[in-house]
Amino acid sequence: MKVVVNGIPQALPDGATVADAVRAVTSVARGVAVAVNGEVVPRAGWPGAALRDGDQVEVLTAAQGG
Amino acid sequence: MRIAGVELRSRLILGTGGASNLDILERAIKESGSELVTVSLRRVDTAATMSGGLLDMLDRCGVRVLPNTAGCYTAREAVKVAHLAREAFETPWVKLEVIGDERTLLPDGVELLRAAEELVADGFQVLPYTTDDPILARRLVDAGCAGVMPAGSPIGSGLGVSNPHHLQLIRQSVDLPVILDAGIGTASDAALAMELGCDAVMVASAITRAADPVRMAAAIRHAIEAGWLAARAGRIPRRFHALASTPDEGRPHL
Repeated sequence: MKVVVNGIPQALPDGATVADAVRAVTSVARGVAVAVNGEVVPRAGWPGAALRDGDQVEVLTAAQGG
Repeated sequence: MRIAGVELRSRLILGTGGASNLDILERAIKESGSELVTVSLRRVDTAATMSGGLLDMLDRCGVRVLPNTAGCYTAREAVKVAHLAREAFETPWVKLEVIGDERTLLPDGVELLRAAEELVADGFQVLPYTTDDPILARRLVDAGCAGVMPAGSPIGSGLGVSNPHHLQLIRQSVDLPVILDAGIGTASDAALAMELGCDAVMVASAITRAADPVRMAAAIRHAIEAGWLAARAGRIPRRFHALASTPDEGRPHL
């Protein structure tokens, strides 16, 4: 299965979840939020949220900003 | 100062944008005395996110995080970012920014009010980055915002408070915290904002991009305290001509 995580195509095994996509880009879970196809996925739902081919995943965290 | 029921001793809100590295930022935050510090939300793999080190550093400083929605141009986008920020930072507080155009980075009042209404309904404590329009400020408060953050002048411009009169009008019409946001260039700008009746001042670039951010953090901390005291000390009226402070009485005849 191919998904796009933070703008970069990633190959993930079939059945991969949001939790897997997060682990693919960061080892830190604290201070991280996720949107799939523009919809917020609450942290508690990451392990149960199955991804589908072509999903656009945004994995976000704190950055400097005014 | 109380914002959304939380007591803050410092009237300086610090923006973390623009600092050249985390070490200088940490020292500037500590020197500023600020208890409320803004962060933005970006993809985890960019340099700006500093591999998660930013949140750890803010923890060490013991400050509360105020997420912003910087970079959003529509209410829809800003509402989404606010929800993501609440997930990431576990706070219902948001500095709501909905920008009108790239050149001025001034707020889009129509989209801002729309986003504020939606976020208030979703249980957020909304602090909107707004223009210095007193009517819009009141509309935002009527919509349930926790305070207002009027721009002194465009973000990063260092032009200070461009319309002091409007800031005073906002002060008169809003009972909630008025936080001067954007445009501060140096300490005297922050002092003026406080003298005009603001409850607090938000500063990013003026500190983070100063030649010596730590020293400027101290300067602006003092300026905010000075301005707050001066606003309550009852300044003398302006006069066109002089009024001698030394009495004429008892003057020697030579």
